[in-house]
Amino acid sequence: MAAIHGDVHGHGHDDHHPTGIMRWITTTNHKDIGSMYLWFSLAMFFTGGFLALGIRAELFQPGIQILEPELFNSFTTLHGLIMVFGAIMPAFVGFANWQVPLMIGAPDMAFARMNNWSFWLLPVAASLLVSSFFVPGGAAAGGWTFYPPLSTQGGLGVDMMIFAVHILGASSIMGAINIITTILNMRAPGMKLMDMPLFVWTWLITAYLLVLVMPVLAGTVTMLLTDRHFGTSFFNAAGGGDPVLFQHIFWFFGHPEVYIMILPAFGIVSEIIPTFARKPLFGYSSMVYATASIAILSCVVWAHHMFTAGMPTVGQLFFMYSTMLIAVPTGVKVFNWTATMWRGSMTFETPMLFAIGFIFLFVIGGFSGVICAIVPIDIQVQDTYYVIAHFHYVLVSGALFSLFAGAYYWLPKWTGHMYDETLGKWHFWLSMIFFNLTFFVQHFLGLAGMPRRIPDYALQFADFNMISSIGAFGFGMSQLLFVYIVIKCVRSKEAAPEKPWDGATTLEWTHLPTPAPYHSFEKPPVFKPVSH
Amino acid sequence: MRNKSVATLAGMSVLALYSSMAVGSKYNFPEPQSVIAQDIYDQHIVLLWICLAIFIGVFGVMFYSVLKHRKSLGYKAANFHHSTTVEVIWTVIPCLILVAMAWPATKTIIAMKDTSSPDMTIKATGYQWMWGYDYLQGEGEGISFFSKLSTPRAQLQNREPKGENYLLEVDNNLVVPVGKKVRIILTANDVIHAWWVPALGIKQDAIPGFIRDTWFTADNPGIYRGQCAELCGKDHGYMPIVVEVLDEAAYAKWAAEKLVGTSSAVNLAAVSTEMAASGADEAVEAAEENSDNN
Repeated sequence: MAAIHGDVHGHGHDDHHPTGIMRWITTTNHKDIGSMYLWFSLAMFFTGGFLALGIRAELFQPGIQILEPELFNSFTTLHGLIMVFGAIMPAFVGFANWQVPLMIGAPDMAFARMNNWSFWLLPVAASLLVSSFFVPGGAAAGGWTFYPPLSTQGGLGVDMMIFAVHILGASSIMGAINIITTILNMRAPGMKLMDMPLFVWTWLITAYLLVLVMPVLAGTVTMLLTDRHFGTSFFNAAGGGDPVLFQHIFWFFGHPEVYIMILPAFGIVSEIIPTFARKPLFGYSSMVYATASIAILSCVVWAHHMFTAGMPTVGQLFFMYSTMLIAVPTGVKVFNWTATMWRGSMTFETPMLFAIGFIFLFVIGGFSGVICAIVPIDIQVQDTYYVIAHFHYVLVSGALFSLFAGAYYWLPKWTGHMYDETLGKWHFWLSMIFFNLTFFVQHFLGLAGMPRRIPDYALQFADFNMISSIGAFGFGMSQLLFVYIVIKCVRSKEAAPEKPWDGATTLEWTHLPTPAPYHSFEKPPVFKPVSH
Repeated sequence: MRNKSVATLAGMSVLALYSSMAVGSKYNFPEPQSVIAQDIYDQHIVLLWICLAIFIGVFGVMFYSVLKHRKSLGYKAANFHHSTTVEVIWTVIPCLILVAMAWPATKTIIAMKDTSSPDMTIKATGYQWMWGYDYLQGEGEGISFFSKLSTPRAQLQNREPKGENYLLEVDNNLVVPVGKKVRIILTANDVIHAWWVPALGIKQDAIPGFIRDTWFTADNPGIYRGQCAELCGKDHGYMPIVVEVLDEAAYAKWAAEKLVGTSSAVNLAAVSTEMAASGADEAVEAAEENSDNN
């Protein structure tokens, strides 16, 4: 253990940062900023979750009970926007802030002040989104994809949403540039790109995707804004525009966005599985190539979201084939994780449970993804609950479960305290059961013909909607347990073991004490590559 | 031996359950009523079987490993970390499976896109929030009417018990003859809508300012219900589509009667559009009067 402390300079070092609220407003420390990102995304997760429970409460029974149709539409719209831009994406950036410097042996992020700025933009955007519920006309109600001409009809709430998206986009671009620069320039001496932990690799590729597509989103919302207020007609046929143009631009952003939310999840899972299998990751280089292939392919599949919008036959064929191809590198990843577990010496602490739960449910989401890729079938399930079920399998049991896995995995390193293992396991099993209760039945609803984004439904859909609503409330309540576990862990007096996971091999576990000191790796660590 | 038969039995019952789920319409697509819908149904079933096989393969291995390769059982970790042969195999096999999936789908896409030489053509126009139908060509040419939700508002607000076809019933059904190729031309008046009838296997967005088309040939007489599938504002959930398929004689009779009343219907339809702006209830009543007059 003494060797571990060899290059640590925690002793006698004065942190000399302001205290109280000013510490958080002015901080340029990647750990402080990472924590703020994570707390912010947790708050947004509960905001979006509240909206989701509103939706499920309304859909508990047929008929209109608690949400009038217009407000219901605002709930679905803001649920999507808040979860995607407020919860999932900032959470992964929070992980990147904490973990990228620790895992590559860097003292901090490359652009520390920009890092602060890119975080503090988020609360501004979030307040715009949330407060839009209270302006005349209410919040945006055109779906999280805000297709015109419907979104051209909305009131002030739509403009607030547009500005919020602008701000969130700016924040994401800055975060991405920071991550790219850090990874490319600040790795410990001797750490080649192909020596980097997979979490760092997936974030590097994700960051490039962000830089590529966030400006496209900014462009399209700007066009929407000028259509709404300055007399342009980009998306208005009466003025020579085309509503479908919006969909093309939006999904050119939107599909890579899906992978922006899942690639870092692959990274987290690829750290956790080998640690708890006590065995190196199987097929490291094929994992890197698979991640890169998914990222590249994700840029040429966007119109599979628009198969019912009307497209030439060759267009439909191209986008069907390219979409199906994504199954190949994704399959490679799943096979690699399985091979990593094979003949390992596994233990099943909470991070491992969430990681295995992730693989299990993500694969189900992958299957429904391939089914959706088949154009004739997609024509039937497009804009139905089948699609809702599909993307919640990849976003909730995919992205979110990996975030939980990562949080449990690194909480001891971040806080210096161990979380409550029993409660962590409860959190996993409750989430697992209620998640499936909520979303599995939605496949049946979609196949049987229930469209998405409707506040009321035909009687034949009543049973499954009731089951789904019960599951959703169970799932929501189970997440309160997570908050309790985290707070209990942060406030705990008991010190965590120096290295709670004996299979961990990355720098933050081998070269830093627990908890990681406020300033780490002020002198670069000596990195010894392991052969892949 | 006993273990083996238990495993076989369990496997068989899972398969049986899975198949029965696929057949019961509550868990699957509605019973197909056109060639295209049948293709979609069949391909979906085949895909489910392929997915099930892969699922059993992958998770069989993974859960075997989870059960056996545990530290608590004293299992020592191996140290292998790559194998080019294995990696090539599990890249190539999925590619082959995908080709097998794409082949029938490609044929169906080409068939779906072939809207040429229809027996009749109907224009469907999406409005916030109802559908307008114009019979442009073929038997019944010149018929034109609006089709609005006919479920009473009291049912929506839980003041009355909900009827059998709650939210899936309209004042004027779209009536078509059985066995004829019907081309549907779509557009919209305000925002994007989507015209969707699951049993007939078609869904097509209706885009304001543009024309799209699709087609179906209904196999059997009957009433097939669908809904708008693209979020179109407040009452998106309240603009169903009802297609009534009649045999040829009944259709000819319906078309002849409808054509007699067309001129008055057009006027009343125009009135009902204005009414729609002032209030949904009145519009429903106006539309009911409209059909009474006919």
